[in-house]
Amino acid sequence: MNAANYLYVSALLFTIGAIGVVVRRNAIVVFMCVELMLNASNLAFVTFARINGNLDGQVVAFFTMVVAACEVVVGLAIIVTIYRSRRSASVDDASLLKR
Amino acid sequence: MTSQSLVYLVALPLFGSALLLLGGKRTNRWGHLFATAISASAFGVGLYQFSVMLGQPDSQRALTQKLFSWISVGTFQVDAGLMVDQLSICFVLLITGVGTLIHIYSIAYMSHDLDRRRFFAYLNFFIAAMLLLVLGDSYLNLYVGWEGVGLASYLLIGFWNQKPTYATAAKKAFVANRVGDMGLSLAIMIAFATLGTVSFAGVKEHAGQASTGALTAIGIMLLVAATGKSAQFPLQAWLGDAMAGPTPVSALIHAATMVTAGVYLITRSNFIFDAAPTAQLAVAIIGAITLLFGAVIGMAKDDIKKALAASTMSQIGYMVLGAGLGPAGYAFAIMHLLTHGFFKAGMFLGAGSVMHGMNDEVNMRRFGGLRKFMPITFATFGLGYLAIIGVPPFAGFYSKDKIIEVAFNAGGIKGITLGAAALLGAAITAFYMTRVVILTFAGNKRWDEKAHPHESPILMWAPMVLLAVGSVASGFLFTRGDALRNWLAPVVEPMPVHEAELMSPAVVSILALALVVVGVGLAIIKYFLSEVPVVAPTDVTVFTRAARRDLMQDDFNEAVFMRPGQAITRGLVKTDVAVIDGAVRAVARLARGSGNVLRTTQTGFVRSYAMWIFLGAVGLVAAIWMVTL
Repeated sequence: MNAANYLYVSALLFTIGAIGVVVRRNAIVVFMCVELMLNASNLAFVTFARINGNLDGQVVAFFTMVVAACEVVVGLAIIVTIYRSRRSASVDDASLLKR
Repeated sequence: MTSQSLVYLVALPLFGSALLLLGGKRTNRWGHLFATAISASAFGVGLYQFSVMLGQPDSQRALTQKLFSWISVGTFQVDAGLMVDQLSICFVLLITGVGTLIHIYSIAYMSHDLDRRRFFAYLNFFIAAMLLLVLGDSYLNLYVGWEGVGLASYLLIGFWNQKPTYATAAKKAFVANRVGDMGLSLAIMIAFATLGTVSFAGVKEHAGQASTGALTAIGIMLLVAATGKSAQFPLQAWLGDAMAGPTPVSALIHAATMVTAGVYLITRSNFIFDAAPTAQLAVAIIGAITLLFGAVIGMAKDDIKKALAASTMSQIGYMVLGAGLGPAGYAFAIMHLLTHGFFKAGMFLGAGSVMHGMNDEVNMRRFGGLRKFMPITFATFGLGYLAIIGVPPFAGFYSKDKIIEVAFNAGGIKGITLGAAALLGAAITAFYMTRVVILTFAGNKRWDEKAHPHESPILMWAPMVLLAVGSVASGFLFTRGDALRNWLAPVVEPMPVHEAELMSPAVVSILALALVVVGVGLAIIKYFLSEVPVVAPTDVTVFTRAARRDLMQDDFNEAVFMRPGQAITRGLVKTDVAVIDGAVRAVARLARGSGNVLRTTQTGFVRSYAMWIFLGAVGLVAAIWMVTL
């Protein structure tokens, strides 16, 4: 199977994720879209590792997963806290620094 | 020889001043007595030093004391050191002696003043600073005292600073003195640059190696310093206004001691002036100009203190002239300084006594006939008067005639000009001093009903009597066997007396006496034999009008220095506001403007930030792609 197809999938996933981050208001969904972008890049890394025949891309993919896990822990905690205090998970509502 | 007790001369009054100033109201009750005792004990220390010096041979009389190492930078070493030699001790005794008498006088004179303690604190501070001035063993130490007396003078002229004019007078004195001080600091810098040392001994030792040009520059700068402190032409304008201070201050600072600091400086620097004839001639010329200048002003003043101030200016002119005549004149300059210290301080105290009895009136046209009411004041003032106009055997006769004689014998056209100026000054002195005495003590009563003239208390007249004794006897004592001249010889190295003299002492004395008689006679005709109007006549010649305005000295200073100075200041302020502030404000405006523009991008929406980040990333990738392609 042609390795380039994985890259197409990766680009598709990344685009979906990016559009989701920019257009969706729900913080959880935005968060999931960020995860989508991270995983799209993971897919690209792994694919390139396969194409080039070395393990560098796979190693980076592991790092990305670790970072993503940390991000989920901190990010979800923040979102939950904001939701508790403001009764809203909309990212547009959380613009207090502007005012 | 070293001495361990010199420091007390300065430390005692300094301690007294600090105690009275820091002690505050608690010292109100005994502060004046304490300050007087301190001053008297400083006089005692001075007498002790004098006795120590008398017991030494001529060449070893100078006593020194090193206090501490003051400045130590590489090869430049200045110790805070004190030195008393034959010249300094004259000043020490004059300052502490006359100073103590004036302290005593002030106890009574200032008894009604609420701030008497502060007054005495300042007086003690002045004594300390003046002693430091004459005791310092280097120009730098002298400079500290020099500034100290300037400060004391400022504080005391403006002692009654609730009156704005008095405060202004104090400021004026300070500013004029600053101009002179600049001269002194420049002289010190030039001395250091060319000679590498600023101590008197060092400068004296190395003066021979310096070029005449450098020595002339130092000499001229020292002269500038002397003109500022000693109210000499062209920095003389402050002395008349300085009479705003209480009368004891005028007697101590602006007659007997501080204003003679310039003469001390020139005499102390004799080794510089002797090696720089141009500077020396400039000193003599300045002295001659000032002695006439002051005398002319003195003729027109109706304010008794201002008349005496003009007279002080003129008499210091004599001293500066004497000091400018080189080795032949130094001793006589100092002698005149000492005798003047007695008679002028005495006359100022007399003027204070008159004011004390006349409700602080100073206009002599409102006096008259006080002889009967204030016999002691009249007698002491009269003795001072006889001393200043130079009637034998009073003090001024010995000192002033000697200066005139030395001036004539300076040789050539210079000698004749300077001598003639000094002789003319003697005649004018006789005229204006006679005028002062007649207007105050003789003639009809011209005061109004409210005044009740009375003799002053003993605390006031006792110092006047002592000073009068000095005015009578000092000249005779100083000249007996050339006592003062021989005493000062190791410091100023007098020249052997000229063989070919233009004028012998007898001729000078007869000439001077004749002119004095003329001056006195004119004054008697004008003020004793004819009626004195209570209000000064206005239909007077342009010369009188000029003399009343202090010969336009203020007008000159204002036109030449003050107004252009103000114009420059205004111009600088405008430049500052427009150019420098303008540039700073433009930068601030730029920052604020660009901030305003950029602020619009801060929407507060996370999604728009995400959009920007995304676009930025895309742009970055695109850029890298373009470059690598």
